[in-house]
Amino acid sequence: MRVQRCKGTRDLAPEEMARFRLIEGVFRDRCLKWGYEEVRTPTLEYLYLFTATGTLTPSMLGKVYSFLDWDGWSGERVVLRPDGTIPVARFYIDNMVEGGSAKLFYVTNVFIFEPTGKETREKWQCGAELIGVSSPSADVELITLAFEVLTGLGLDGIRLRLSHAGLIRALLAGLGLSPAEQNRVFDQILDGDGDVLAKVKPARPQASKALASLITSKGKSSGFLKTLKAQFGQDIPELKAPLDAFIDTVSLLDTLGYDYEIDISSGRGFEYYTGIIFQLLTDEEKIGGGGRYDALIPLVGGRDVPASGFALYLDPLMKAVRPAALGKPGAQRLLVRAEPEMVTEGFAIVKRLHQAGYSAELYLAGRDVAGFRWALDVRSKAPPFLLTDRVKRRKVEAQTIDDVLALLNR
Amino acid sequence: MKGGEVDKELKIALPKGRLLTETADFLKRAGWGLSDYHEGTRLYRIKSRRFPHLLAKMFSEKDIPIQVAVGNYDLGICGLDWVKELLARYPSSALVKVQNLGCGEDALHMVVSRSLGVTTPEELTARAEVIRIASEYPNLAESFALNLRLRRFSVFPLWGGAEVYPPESADLALVPGRGDKFYEAGLVPISQVLSFSAFLIANKTSWEIKDLGEAVASICEQSVAGEQYRPSLDMTPAPEMAGQWPSTKAGAVRLALPDGHQQLPTVSLLDKAGIQIDDYPSPTGNRRPRVNLPGVVAKVIRPQDMPLQVANGNFDLAITGRDWLKEHLYQFPSSPVTELLDLKFGWVRIVAVVSNDLSVDGSDGLRQLCAERSLPLRVASEYVNIADKYARDNRLGMYRIIPTWGASEAFLPEDADLLIENTQTGRTIARHNLRIIDTLFESTACLISNVNSLASPGAGRIESIVETLRRALKES
Repeated sequence: MRVQRCKGTRDLAPEEMARFRLIEGVFRDRCLKWGYEEVRTPTLEYLYLFTATGTLTPSMLGKVYSFLDWDGWSGERVVLRPDGTIPVARFYIDNMVEGGSAKLFYVTNVFIFEPTGKETREKWQCGAELIGVSSPSADVELITLAFEVLTGLGLDGIRLRLSHAGLIRALLAGLGLSPAEQNRVFDQILDGDGDVLAKVKPARPQASKALASLITSKGKSSGFLKTLKAQFGQDIPELKAPLDAFIDTVSLLDTLGYDYEIDISSGRGFEYYTGIIFQLLTDEEKIGGGGRYDALIPLVGGRDVPASGFALYLDPLMKAVRPAALGKPGAQRLLVRAEPEMVTEGFAIVKRLHQAGYSAELYLAGRDVAGFRWALDVRSKAPPFLLTDRVKRRKVEAQTIDDVLALLNR
Repeated sequence: MKGGEVDKELKIALPKGRLLTETADFLKRAGWGLSDYHEGTRLYRIKSRRFPHLLAKMFSEKDIPIQVAVGNYDLGICGLDWVKELLARYPSSALVKVQNLGCGEDALHMVVSRSLGVTTPEELTARAEVIRIASEYPNLAESFALNLRLRRFSVFPLWGGAEVYPPESADLALVPGRGDKFYEAGLVPISQVLSFSAFLIANKTSWEIKDLGEAVASICEQSVAGEQYRPSLDMTPAPEMAGQWPSTKAGAVRLALPDGHQQLPTVSLLDKAGIQIDDYPSPTGNRRPRVNLPGVVAKVIRPQDMPLQVANGNFDLAITGRDWLKEHLYQFPSSPVTELLDLKFGWVRIVAVVSNDLSVDGSDGLRQLCAERSLPLRVASEYVNIADKYARDNRLGMYRIIPTWGASEAFLPEDADLLIENTQTGRTIARHNLRIIDTLFESTACLISNVNSLASPGAGRIESIVETLRRALKES
């Protein structure tokens, strides 16, 4: 019987883990520098944490891994975390609400069923959340942090795509659709159907032009939004407030010299967002996204606290990171070969070498010895130590371990 | 069997129960010439005169879509309700809906108690408290809740009798049936979840690669696609139900009485204890009989469903079987349900059963069988958690549990390798060419309660009922 890996899961091999840790390391470093603190929430949450917000679409909730726990006789299910932000919102309400604002980050896995099993159903994310601040600067700080991480990973040519959840909702309301119909269309946008807006039949004719402009043109500056506002602000007053908010943030991005495109029909996976939505893309795929979600914390049961955040997707990023960005930690590794009666001394020497900051291991029969820079023979006869530099092809004798360390430091 | 023979062989799963008579008539008109497909038959394997390569087997209706989807059967006939129930949880199931047979029409409604004053589903979405939904269709109930975006809900999966749960034991029930039935039970339909009839379904792979033409054609020729059932939602208030259902705080005792074949021994025991119950067993199917004991109210539900209901505090006392208590406790080890009395009647053994074709003895033999084969051992049972524990405790290696809803003997040997089943005499098992290889435990009827009920202000009354029953047992 051959035991197989579970369908829709993946193993991370050492080389992939090196990429994973590199990304995680750069992400942690930049987050800490911007004053964010790391949190880790449990893999298991109650399902109702995710249903209570009323924001995840039924189609998304139909793909979560939920089950009855060993004490689940009440019929309420638990779930493998399908989202990174909602548990952090719960954490904030549970632990930090008295403190006002909070800057939090996390590296976590999320679980969503994918029917073909070709894509992984367990995805990894690096996320940052800025809770308790509602200014455009807060949104731009998150975009800046995301770009610092990506630049730190040696990635360039990252595209920034902007949308605005409040604007989409205002547009749907402005089209004169019934509340049920507005929800249906919004859900379809969230589920990735970007064309749904083009199929909508507005009940208010003056809204048709605004709709067509918004979905067909892709703006590249705040000027685009200002033109839209001038064009449609009178006819569809609902659009004014979200457009003003959108313009504030985009103007700041302009002054900071960011390139971006505005495409309001893209909203896949941004269920609980209320304001700006930003997506980060390479030529091939989406590697991150985020935005403003002011309604989430009250929906999870907290006070009326604004928040925004983003996540970088580790799975595509691991493919995008170039091997040059990976260090070669093995280059200075040291192999200690102790004669059979010298094994005790061998262990003591490896310990000394570790304390001195070297990567050292004892020779084990059956282990591949390639890839070590140094070999140190520990002998029962004189000389007690023989150090081989495999790069410089040189052998040196030593009397004490201190001599060995001196030789290595040379 | 040679490859060509396998290709010709056609397997169909036919329903027992509700759809049996109509399906039998239908296939008779289609000229199938089936042997032994009628009410009361004890044979689960059926032959056709018209299609000599056809093998038909009878299953509980709920099992049929699963059996067809996993590829054990090429074709199946069952209500579309059970197809939708499977697809609600497993949308990529390999099923093709072939033909509406135009019979067996019914509808599934989400109902609430009239006393709740709710008439539309939307009125429920604003609620922050947990909304409890009871149903034989737990997957459809869950997707209803998700689509409605209920903020917090729990689903009680039931074996039956969902209509008696609202409003006390559940807020909503997803039930089959029509207006009159709801009216009599004091229920109001708030949403029609599904209108359905009997369907011919096919396994997707069989449909793509096998020649099912003649059999399918014979069915399609006969079927007159029936008018879809349109329910008339009757919102007029019916008289209030007799007997208020109290909470434990009120100090009254809420008793769950079994339906089905445990009713007569239950009545006999209660009689001896001097407890009279009007209209139980009820010829009209009344599930709220009156107990002639002050401060005691009763509902009639399935014994299988009782431990979960007692755990949830919906009942203080229930008469069920120890098999169903264990089934519950194996799933929820820290459940507050506890056995108070062994009622001695309804004795069965819970046994492990294999086909006579399999030369295996005892659990050691099973373990060896598992180690030798490359395919997972298929374990069929109504007792999913007992079967799972048995497989775990006996280290059966790679195994799969196949949940069944009755008539489990039919699964061996083609559709399962091991069966965990209850038996009194072992005769049914022997008649199906099966053999008992292990006894897991013995089960009798028992009285169960919730440790929290026993610590509540109403505990005194519970204890006096238990004491009365204990004395009646001693005298008998």
